Amino acid sequence: MSAVNPLPQPERHFMSGNEAVARGAWEAGCRVAAAYPGTPSTEILEFVATYQDLYAEWSVNEKVALEVAIGASLAGSRALCAMKHVGLNVASDALMTQTLIGVGGGLVVAVADDVGLSSSQNEQDSRHWGRFAHLPVLEPADAQEAYEMTREAFALSEQFDTPVILRLTTRICHVKAVVVPGEREERPATGFRKNPARLVMTPMNAGYRIPLMLEREERLRAFSEITDLNRIEDGKDPRVGFVTSGPTYLHVLESFPNAPLVKLGLGYPPPMELIRALAARVEHLVVVEEVEPLLELEIRAAGIPVHGKDLLPRMGELAPHVLRPAIRAFLGEPAAPEPAPKRLLEFTTPVQVFPRPPTMCVACPHLGIYYCLSKIKNTQIAGDIGCYTLGAGHPWNAMDTCISMGASMGVALGLDKGRSEADKDKRVIAVIGDSTFLHMGMQGLLDIVYNRGNVTILLLDNSAVGMTGGQEHPGTGKDIRGLEAPKVDFRKLVEALGVKPERVHEVNPYELPILFKALRQEVKVNDTSVIITNQPCVLTDRYGHKPPYAVDEEKCTGCSNCLAVGCPAIAVTRRETVVKPNGSEKELTFVAIDSAACTGCDLCPGTCGPEAILPLAEFSRAGARL
Amino acid sequence: MNAAKTGEGKVTNILVSGIGGQGVMTAAEVLSQTALSQGYDVKKTEVAGMAQRGGVVTSHVRFGRRVLSPAIPHGEADILVGFEPAEALRWCGQLRPGGVAMVNRLRQEPPVVTLGLFPYPDDPVGEMRARGIEVHAFDAGAIARELGNLKLVNTVMLGAIADYLPFPAEILKEAILARFRDSKPALVAVNEQAFEAGRAAQAAV
Repeated sequence: MSAVNPLPQPERHFMSGNEAVARGAWEAGCRVAAAYPGTPSTEILEFVATYQDLYAEWSVNEKVALEVAIGASLAGSRALCAMKHVGLNVASDALMTQTLIGVGGGLVVAVADDVGLSSSQNEQDSRHWGRFAHLPVLEPADAQEAYEMTREAFALSEQFDTPVILRLTTRICHVKAVVVPGEREERPATGFRKNPARLVMTPMNAGYRIPLMLEREERLRAFSEITDLNRIEDGKDPRVGFVTSGPTYLHVLESFPNAPLVKLGLGYPPPMELIRALAARVEHLVVVEEVEPLLELEIRAAGIPVHGKDLLPRMGELAPHVLRPAIRAFLGEPAAPEPAPKRLLEFTTPVQVFPRPPTMCVACPHLGIYYCLSKIKNTQIAGDIGCYTLGAGHPWNAMDTCISMGASMGVALGLDKGRSEADKDKRVIAVIGDSTFLHMGMQGLLDIVYNRGNVTILLLDNSAVGMTGGQEHPGTGKDIRGLEAPKVDFRKLVEALGVKPERVHEVNPYELPILFKALRQEVKVNDTSVIITNQPCVLTDRYGHKPPYAVDEEKCTGCSNCLAVGCPAIAVTRRETVVKPNGSEKELTFVAIDSAACTGCDLCPGTCGPEAILPLAEFSRAGARL
Repeated sequence: MNAAKTGEGKVTNILVSGIGGQGVMTAAEVLSQTALSQGYDVKKTEVAGMAQRGGVVTSHVRFGRRVLSPAIPHGEADILVGFEPAEALRWCGQLRPGGVAMVNRLRQEPPVVTLGLFPYPDDPVGEMRARGIEVHAFDAGAIARELGNLKLVNTVMLGAIADYLPFPAEILKEAILARFRDSKPALVAVNEQAFEAGRAAQAAV
């Protein structure tokens, strides 16, 4: 048998990078961890919360999460906060000043870049923050390193009195690999020490701290040259030497096993002498970095001839299928290692198949909302970040903007205040989810109210952070560990922000006539209105399934109204073109409901004029054919 | 028969493809855990986020003495496990020459197809064969339904590849059944049937 790695079982765990970070933090004696969910970082805190001997929280946003971690660090506890790349934009206000202060207990900021845009509104390179904030950036290459470097990050943070950025990418976070973990070390909190000159960043105090921060950066630069985190790995093919950081190390090893390389674990500040030493041994130096040419520019500025983004893409993952052809072309080699027969090329040519974009779920409470929005004319709809962003797609086409967390509020107000003469009758609508509203929408709503905006806000409360997998938030009544927690009352909250009580409606989004009425009424009123929908995400335990529906073929007239709901359980069975008495042609579309998928949400029957959508049980009773 | 078998020391690459909610991730996890139990180094991509919402889901499972990049390089997959015919066709270019594809014939059309915006390929399996790929296609959905539970598609598909792995099929079967033995012992027998049905189905086509 193939027992190739005969390690004893208990030492080998199969973990995602996110789980490995959580394990590393727990072992490092981390006592406080905070995050806001965001792909691909979400599971870090979910795994942290499975360890009982530390405090973990879902924060309302990343800035608060970082501030909680900063407070815990100043209290002398090791502290972790985790976020996706765009989260660090939100948290950066705190980060840019905390770098002046330093730390008490080790402070680690784990930030996950969505390289390849699996579920994000942009693709950023968080390594920029290291340079921007003069902070060390650790870049693991796989789950084992994510575990090790998380532990290392806490130690480094205390050794250099600095927050440490742990830079992850989707390929680290969401790849499971073998991890050999260790034991937890207990790190009791060492206590808060008052020191206003250091902790109160007035201009004068900050002025004293800046030189200390810069001096720390120089010490880190020297450390970068000697630490085991950075190293040269020799190879017998001296034509190209690679500078690698994070996951690109393994992509390069896979693609060019004989190439010499520098492996950077501490990517900022970079070890320029180590890189210079590699450059001296090879004909060409190529930097393989995801995604921006940060290292490349520094290396060039240091006077070392280097290639990088002249050969490789400035976006997406630099996996073997990208690296190999690019480097082979650079070396003037054919695309494949040996001349490939024509058939082999055909064999591996990509196939064009229809797109299969993500859709809203069967019975999603957002379906009825977008059905109504798609039926209202003369709208401008400012959208936001969440599952409901899918409302921009088929069949609803009912979202006109999506930018950043909470942006629907300010953008809607701007559309209202900046409207052209031609747009004077347009109804400005904002659509925002419950968690997004609490994250960064509340302030925007306050701004709309204060400045007398004519905006109708749809606050879609589905009692979950839906897109990231149904996490808890202050509106769900539960905390990260599922324990009872104070629950936000959204009606009271928006009224407290100044929305008039008569302009606030709470609506069941499955009751189409009521939802329609509220929406039609409020878009006509020149005032700030909020319509709160109140049914849970269908993927959470809070959703209750009901008996399914089916379509009576004999009654279905092919009007296709129900398809406008956009429920994936409704499928077209056949199309027909009929000639009407007046000679005009009409396209008819007949449908069926996948009763095994249908959860009986009762939405589509309300769109069916001929009442052809009936409970499945009625068909069974009648013995009718479906 | 064992066309896709790889020698010891080599990395075995298995690409599992399908649609969010079909059990692609579970199948990849079972494969990975089984390879892990055999002492291999293993890497597996997990897809999260928007892919849960009916979108395309793929998982790369790689195991061997040492696995480097977690992504299967293009044209190096030994086995393609297609939970849906169009999804198998979409990714078949990732197979190495001589690799095999196991395809569930049960079609699942997305809204963009049912709304008439894009056509569904007429004969995805035929297109794959025209490219010279060894395809074993069968209706895993029908097999699962006959056994009384559509969720068994997962076990049927794993049964179909069981004879193409560098370890005996019984080891994969035992790993699957062990998952049910503790939590849902009532499902052990039917999963064993599904596994064997998948093994037989691929051999027959």
